[in-house]
Amino acid sequence: MRRRHMLSLSLSLALGTALALGAGTAKAQEFILVQSTTSTQNSGLFDHILPLFQAETGIEVRVVAVGTGQAIKNAENGDGDVLFVHAKAAEEKFVAEGHGVSRADVMYNDFVIVGPANDPAGVAGMNDVTAALAKLAGAEAPFASRGDDSGTHKAELRLWKAAGIDVQAASGGWYRETGSGMGATLNTGTGMGAYILTDRATWIAFGNKGDYQIAVEGDERLFNQYGIILVNPERHPHVKAEAGQAFIDWVLSGDGQAAIAGYLVDGQQLFFPNAEG
Amino acid sequence: MFSFGDMMAEALGLILAWDRELSAIVVLSLRVTLSAVALACLIGLPLGALIGAFRFPGRGAASVALNALMGLPPVVVGLFVYLMLSASGPLGVLQLLYTPTAMIIAQTILVTPIIAALTKQVVEDLHGEYAEQFASFGVSARARVVALLWDARYSLLTVALAGFGRAVAEVGAVLIVGGNINHVTRVMTTTIALETSKGNLQLALALGVILLGLAVVVNAGVMALRASAVRAAYA
Repeated sequence: MRRRHMLSLSLSLALGTALALGAGTAKAQEFILVQSTTSTQNSGLFDHILPLFQAETGIEVRVVAVGTGQAIKNAENGDGDVLFVHAKAAEEKFVAEGHGVSRADVMYNDFVIVGPANDPAGVAGMNDVTAALAKLAGAEAPFASRGDDSGTHKAELRLWKAAGIDVQAASGGWYRETGSGMGATLNTGTGMGAYILTDRATWIAFGNKGDYQIAVEGDERLFNQYGIILVNPERHPHVKAEAGQAFIDWVLSGDGQAAIAGYLVDGQQLFFPNAEG
Repeated sequence: MFSFGDMMAEALGLILAWDRELSAIVVLSLRVTLSAVALACLIGLPLGALIGAFRFPGRGAASVALNALMGLPPVVVGLFVYLMLSASGPLGVLQLLYTPTAMIIAQTILVTPIIAALTKQVVEDLHGEYAEQFASFGVSARARVVALLWDARYSLLTVALAGFGRAVAEVGAVLIVGGNINHVTRVMTTTIALETSKGNLQLALALGVILLGLAVVVNAGVMALRASAVRAAYA
């Protein structure tokens, strides 16, 4: 019996220590948790706008940046106060199922298709995205897909469908699903000479472009709308509704919208605010 | 195109431009990993010693289980801890998700089987030599465990280092339960993953070099400690 006693003693000691060691980090400052996407984080937008919001309100914003699919799942579990993603249909479903209070448009950017400079499929300069995709499929040019149920992945699948191409049949052939974030997919795709659909923001900020260039852009079907939702405090009572709503109100306000428009990389604006004033 | 030599040179330049943000990341990495290894030792040393020194029904199964758990994928541990600590999970009320505490818990789960399994092996070998003496002096169970752990302490340092190596290098578990939140739960490995995905390969490489340097410093420190302790013991 002594042995068991000793084991339970060390177990409880361990648990207590874990709590004590972690507790040192709890800040007195108020903070909210935002479930968001890799595109907003990797492009540097949050690093630009969050300090402005914190300076104004004193509320710290902690961002968990994952794919839209995972962000929505996490928010459904109540692990976050605000959801800030880009997959309108999935967001509306999230609200309709009672996980979120309401959804508002925040801003948009657009998708582009990037490819190697020598353009093996001959799509450079096209601005009809479905025609370009059909041409890529016809040439069986390698194409790197996110394959991770993210907002970008969903948009890509919609476009393939519109082009009338069944990419699942080519999966593992010329159509390659990386199952990872935008940046990781760009690294993988440029490494194997594949065409890649990416949001413009991540592309401009991406540091490992090699000889890649934008091949297809300008089609309005490449429009990428971001929305913001407060996680429903009635379903998840610990949600910081007041602070979360303050963040949403600020993002949608003139100040917040101006902060988004003012974020430039290499002199280019990445996100275009379009909240209903 | 890049040349590996240029990239390495740029990485070293970035290391020399060490800033406070980087210090905070390094400190958090060390805090999380060292806490997790300390906790894992607290659980794993006695657990391993018990299984190593005593015969009881199910001992074989316990050894197999421990050895198998050494191969736990960090992502699975992260997922398990996420499901436990999520607001919808059984321990959601503790509100520990996306905190360093959650990362310490995940790494403790990851490292404890390694410490316990290796301790079991060390203690089992030592117990073979001590068993007759223990029996003839009628040493109590608790005193046996303490004596075995104490006499094996130098070998057990290496066991702890094996656990440290596993914890400091893993990214899957801390990424899921910590969330890689800037200034809160961002550690060396999650920063490396993030910078790689941003295409900032030089910075990622620089962080990798620092992580390696950190491991060298910790290992060298422990070895020096051990050497001086051995000298003192035989002086």
